[in-house]
Amino acid sequence: MTAKTLYEKLWDSHVVKQYNDNSCLLYIDRHLVQEVSSPVAFSSLKARGIGLRQAQKCLAMVDHVLPTQNKQHVEDPEARIQIQTLVDNTHETGITYFPVDDARQGIVHVVGPELGFTLPGTTLVCGDSHTATHGAFGCLAFGIGASECEKVFATQCLKQLKAKTMRITFNGCLPAFCSAKDLALSVIAKIGAAGGTGYAIEYAGDEIQALSMEGRMTLCNMTIEAGARVGLVAPDEKTYAYLAQSPLAPKEQNWHDALRYWRQLSSDHKAHFDREVSIDLSQLEPMVTWGTSPEHVVPISANVPTHVNTQAHSKERNQAIRASWQKALAYMQVKSGAPIAGIKVDKVFIGSCTNSRIEDLRSAAAVVAGRQVASNVIAIVVPGSGQVKLQAEKEGLDKVFIQAGLQWRSPGCSLCVAMNNDRLLPGERCASTSNRNFEGRQGVGGRTHLMSPVMAAAAAITGEITDVRKLL
Amino acid sequence: MSFSTLISKAVPLAEDNVDTDAIYPGRFLLRIDKQGAGACLFYDKRVASNSTVHVIDHPTFKDAQILMAGENFGCGSSREQAVWALHDFGFRCIIAKSFGEIFYSNCINNHLLPIVVFDNDYQVLLSAAKSSHSFHVDLNSKQLSVHGLPTITFDISQQHQNMLLKGLDEIGLQLKNDSADIGRFEAAQKQSQPWLWQPMFVSI
Repeated sequence: MTAKTLYEKLWDSHVVKQYNDNSCLLYIDRHLVQEVSSPVAFSSLKARGIGLRQAQKCLAMVDHVLPTQNKQHVEDPEARIQIQTLVDNTHETGITYFPVDDARQGIVHVVGPELGFTLPGTTLVCGDSHTATHGAFGCLAFGIGASECEKVFATQCLKQLKAKTMRITFNGCLPAFCSAKDLALSVIAKIGAAGGTGYAIEYAGDEIQALSMEGRMTLCNMTIEAGARVGLVAPDEKTYAYLAQSPLAPKEQNWHDALRYWRQLSSDHKAHFDREVSIDLSQLEPMVTWGTSPEHVVPISANVPTHVNTQAHSKERNQAIRASWQKALAYMQVKSGAPIAGIKVDKVFIGSCTNSRIEDLRSAAAVVAGRQVASNVIAIVVPGSGQVKLQAEKEGLDKVFIQAGLQWRSPGCSLCVAMNNDRLLPGERCASTSNRNFEGRQGVGGRTHLMSPVMAAAAAITGEITDVRKLL
Repeated sequence: MSFSTLISKAVPLAEDNVDTDAIYPGRFLLRIDKQGAGACLFYDKRVASNSTVHVIDHPTFKDAQILMAGENFGCGSSREQAVWALHDFGFRCIIAKSFGEIFYSNCINNHLLPIVVFDNDYQVLLSAAKSSHSFHVDLNSKQLSVHGLPTITFDISQQHQNMLLKGLDEIGLQLKNDSADIGRFEAAQKQSQPWLWQPMFVSI
């Protein structure tokens, strides 16, 4: 038998049929549904007069548009309509919906995994690009558009072309105060924001095995920022220990049978990858973005770059990169050649589907404990789900944050997406644990610096981008 | 709606990494239908900005149906609204050095043709677009030509080419042709991985 990568194993086990044009019909085991990408999918399905093939394979909740200060009070009439539309659509189709006041509600990519809705060896889709998150469980998960959501509703399948495979191996140990977020940003620094296009990425190396499930989710989540829809980590004992406590994981005999199956889900020793990339961790530092693409990223001790590495590119390519750098510098109002550390921030956001899990909150709380948020800064902490919020409150993290002067909010996408009350005002600068530093992503005219939870916490305390290692 | 040939000017928007937040800003995602999405296209650059006329609004390119983008066009969020907005505005074809993957699929699903062109050809085409030459796209032969320039053959998977040429409705086709196969797959998976078929939400 030929050696297979994890991606190929997951792919092959879900092929319903292969067509003459080389594409395959893939079976979809799980479908997360949220308010933004689903309305047109539902209305279009209704217009066809057809129902869902497998409503029980879906789970729906609201995350993008919810206010996080008082989630029961949605002021925006458009947001109210969008929420009600999801309520009505799920009611009509028989999809399980977690209401806004349900203790389990939260960001779909936090809730799915913690419930065990996400399982190794499955396929999972959602009309959201950060569906890559679920790859942390050895689950073939990818983001789709609204038309594809409709297809999955109708047939529980998607016609797909197989991706090429890339393995990214981390060598060495993760230095102190570096986390999965820094791994993710270092991947993008290495291969670029389009480096993963056309590939399914598998992360490997001892440090990946050492990462918690939360860390693996952070890393897989950001895979889409490197251009790849799929980021995978092979399941292992950590995965199973995490799932053993989750309510939707298989039970009793099913658990044992599932385990036996899941243990086969790793890339075979001799499996071929179309591209191999290795990243040395010995010199890794906390990473911070300076520009408007996640590839505009530097270590905290570095300066905003002054020149483009011209070795590998054509003249035209260089001109294009230079133009994009100039545009980013002007938008961000940062100086080429100036240190990234010391840039003043107005807001700090700890949250999003990238960094709102319990481990993220614990690490941020450890930095702010006993300190005070700088007077020029508004800092908010937004847990990723009701369950994360509850756990954090049990541990007293909410009090640590509040005493330090950070605001403690309710679960939602919050300041990552500019679709709810949490937005940057024009010109405001934010130290953010989210995933995108695009122009206007956090609000029209807002400026985003991506970083890890401990780095965002450090920025909250000093009021400027700060090397957390020097603070402690 | 099928797509076969197209003759149009191409709007030169040669920036790299134009993300779907720029194409369709997040705050407009609160709408629940796709009608009128074109009004939100590049909103913060075109409408909210006080600077000069945006290139897609330039009189030279009035009614152009081709957009000439840069590298990694449509990266970021999966929002199909970005494609709806481009389509509603009148675009039927986008030429770029590369595309965000989800955006590419969304284009196909909305019968908007994405064409990938490599560096040397790209520069020549960009100059032609800037000089407002007319582009001729033929999806049957997968050829892109501009008067006075060598014809470029572009790559598109047979699946996607077919979908666009025939204006195929995948859902209708799958329901008609593949339902029995899907049923067989489900029956086999129920046997081999019964845990995936336990009712999930009765107990919690």
